Amino acid sequence: MAGAGIPLSEASNGSMLRISGIEVQGVLRRRLLDLGFVVGNAVEVLRRSPLGDPIAFRVSNTTIALRREESSLIYGHLIGGEGA
Amino acid sequence: MESPHVIKGPDPMDSLLSAAKKLADKGAIRDEIVSGIYGVSAGICSDAVTYQDRKKLGSTYKLDRIVTSRLWGFPIMLAGLGLVFWITIAGANYPSGWLASLFGWIEGYLTAGFEAVNAPSWLHGVLVLGLYRGTSWVISVMLPPMLIFFPVFALLENFGYLPRVAFNMDRLFKKSGGHGKQALTMSMGFGCNAAAILSTRIIESPRERMLAILTNNFVPCNGRWPTLILLSSMFMVGAATTGALRTFSTALVLMGIVLIGITVTLTVSWVMSKTALRGVPTHYTLELPPYRRPQIWKTIVRSSKEKSLNVLTRAIIVAAPAGIITWVLGNVVVGGDSVLNHMAAFFDPFAQLLGMDGFIIMAFILGLPANEIVLPILLMGYMSSGAMVDVDGLGSIKDIFLSHGWTWLTALNMMLFSLLHYPCGTTLVNIYKETKSLKWAVLSAVIPLGIAITVTFAVAQIVRLLGWV
Amino acid sequence: MSHYTVAFAGNPNTGKSTLFNLLTGLRQHTGNWAGKTVITAEGEFTHNQHVYRAVDLPGTYSLYSNSADEEAARDYIIFEQPDVTLVVLDATSLERNLNLALQVLEITGRAVICINLIDEAKKLGIDINLKAISKRLGVPVVAISARNEIGIEALLNQLERVATGAFTGKPLQITYSEDIERGIAELIPLVEQTVGSRYPARWIALRLLDGDNSLLTSLKAHMRGSKRYETKEVAGHGVTACH
Repeated sequence: MAGAGIPLSEASNGSMLRISGIEVQGVLRRRLLDLGFVVGNAVEVLRRSPLGDPIAFRVSNTTIALRREESSLIYGHLIGGEGA
Repeated sequence: MESPHVIKGPDPMDSLLSAAKKLADKGAIRDEIVSGIYGVSAGICSDAVTYQDRKKLGSTYKLDRIVTSRLWGFPIMLAGLGLVFWITIAGANYPSGWLASLFGWIEGYLTAGFEAVNAPSWLHGVLVLGLYRGTSWVISVMLPPMLIFFPVFALLENFGYLPRVAFNMDRLFKKSGGHGKQALTMSMGFGCNAAAILSTRIIESPRERMLAILTNNFVPCNGRWPTLILLSSMFMVGAATTGALRTFSTALVLMGIVLIGITVTLTVSWVMSKTALRGVPTHYTLELPPYRRPQIWKTIVRSSKEKSLNVLTRAIIVAAPAGIITWVLGNVVVGGDSVLNHMAAFFDPFAQLLGMDGFIIMAFILGLPANEIVLPILLMGYMSSGAMVDVDGLGSIKDIFLSHGWTWLTALNMMLFSLLHYPCGTTLVNIYKETKSLKWAVLSAVIPLGIAITVTFAVAQIVRLLGWV
Repeated sequence: MSHYTVAFAGNPNTGKSTLFNLLTGLRQHTGNWAGKTVITAEGEFTHNQHVYRAVDLPGTYSLYSNSADEEAARDYIIFEQPDVTLVVLDATSLERNLNLALQVLEITGRAVICINLIDEAKKLGIDINLKAISKRLGVPVVAISARNEIGIEALLNQLERVATGAFTGKPLQITYSEDIERGIAELIPLVEQTVGSRYPARWIALRLLDGDNSLLTSLKAHMRGSKRYETKEVAGHGVTACH
């Protein structure tokens, strides 16, 4: 999966990724695009909810929480951060 | 002059759409459009926005490390809830008493006035003992806690804490088939279920929205708070406790009630999502906005103004006629007893099974328009049934209850019934308007009622079986 | 003295409602429009003898009809054609917020961009060059802090300029990829022929390319005569006795 990178849901807290692909369709894809989950954009993995999921991401200077169902379909390459 | 849209023939709109479809069938248009826009806005920002220190940007989120942490996330939520209750109970206690005394004092003058002009006693009964008393009870019991609860809650909301609650609790809602934002609509329910029904619009999927609508009632709203506070402080905390300890224990009991409500919410969501509302969870995105120091004074003034005004209007609109009706029912005598007593007697055997009495059930039935009036109706029912007690303050309310054979079980089951039973009339109307479905509106009354009956029945039987009362 | 309508658009959590409340005070009520059951606040304010009817649109991330809220906001801007659309942006996350502004500008040039929470941004060390943004966008851009009442006067002055027509901007139009632009060029004549020139043809063409069926549904409803007057709901809808 060298081309696709790793799913955001697998990235550890504190890591920074550059989005390489979004394997979601339909309304959710639109919503994610609106929120800044756009290919090429940088995302930081902030933290997980006390119960393990959802995960909070920092994207375009805002914090967005996604469930595993969604974040596992967004792929990115590690570009740094504490978790790298 | 002909406007273009009166053209006859095949719908021009549809041909327009098919033309567009033909041009667009290369796919990925949406991504190109959005990345086009995104590129432009990123370009503008890189030209016009400079950051002194990018690290600083995340600083408003530092609090999240604690508030949503594995260790502290849930304890902080519970403590916050408890604190809000505690402030409400501690702060409302005295003003409620003062208001009750004030209204009682005015009532004395009203009665004297009626006597001075030799008004017929039925008129005095309808207007003073019915309308005036009903209204003034609603105000003195409801207004002080609401004046405290709403501003405190609004401060939490403006601070940005509620989305964190949704973030912390999402897993629970997901497991039960609901949407994480259900935590937000539930929070709105603490204020008013009817308003919370409208707030479920933030949940886009119809299935999950329906779950949120159906279960919103299990969060006690402002109309039920005072009943819960009053009953728990009178019956659920030991008689010996006083002052701060009493307030504290009352807050704990209320927390317990709310936790029961949350458990029932999750259970009902789970059952419904496995049966009538089956389906896969839809997508979920939740923004956690930066914390912002609320404008304390403005928030307090604004929310108290709006809430107090609403409580007063509601009191007059709903409580006044209900007060009159209750008084009339309590004073029209048929076959040697008042209609009210006949009704209470009719419900009594059933009510006893649930650990309550006929008057309580009747109060809940007559209280359908608004939960605020359940307690006043109950008191009026008791007082018109012979055991006349002078209510010159909140303290004597307990005596009224005790003289009608109340135990802590009666209080507990009335609280449980209040928590779980059907939502108020306004809420039901809103549910119907929002879902456009009579079936769901009816179900959202019947399901809670069924649960309320089952739970109170079970509690009553178990407690009696164990010989605790 | 004239009357103008101002629509407040913006992302959620941008302080849009704070600004709305600040301007309209308590002179507001809950209203709804165009047969939609979406509830929004309406109010009124006066500035330099002009009376403005303020309409608070639902907070949305975009106007691309991903949700009922977005459809409602979009329909209001397109069909009710307010004299000014005030786009409220969060200064601390401009990049994402600007997307909505750009979408609004594709529909109408009668817009004022209002960058809220500017004091918050300063605290975080964010410097925003308003002139540069205004130059790119082609409409007035004002930085304010609604909660601390900073920049409100300047905002109202710009609103007035746009409302009265003293300012006519040339709003930024995004140039898309060749394919999209070719599609738009082919569709525009068709759109104009079908829906007339009242509505922004380029934008409609773009949305149709994107397969936005809900826009078409709304257009149809509006072309069939102002259906909204029949479907208007009772004014009391949604005004609950408590809250």
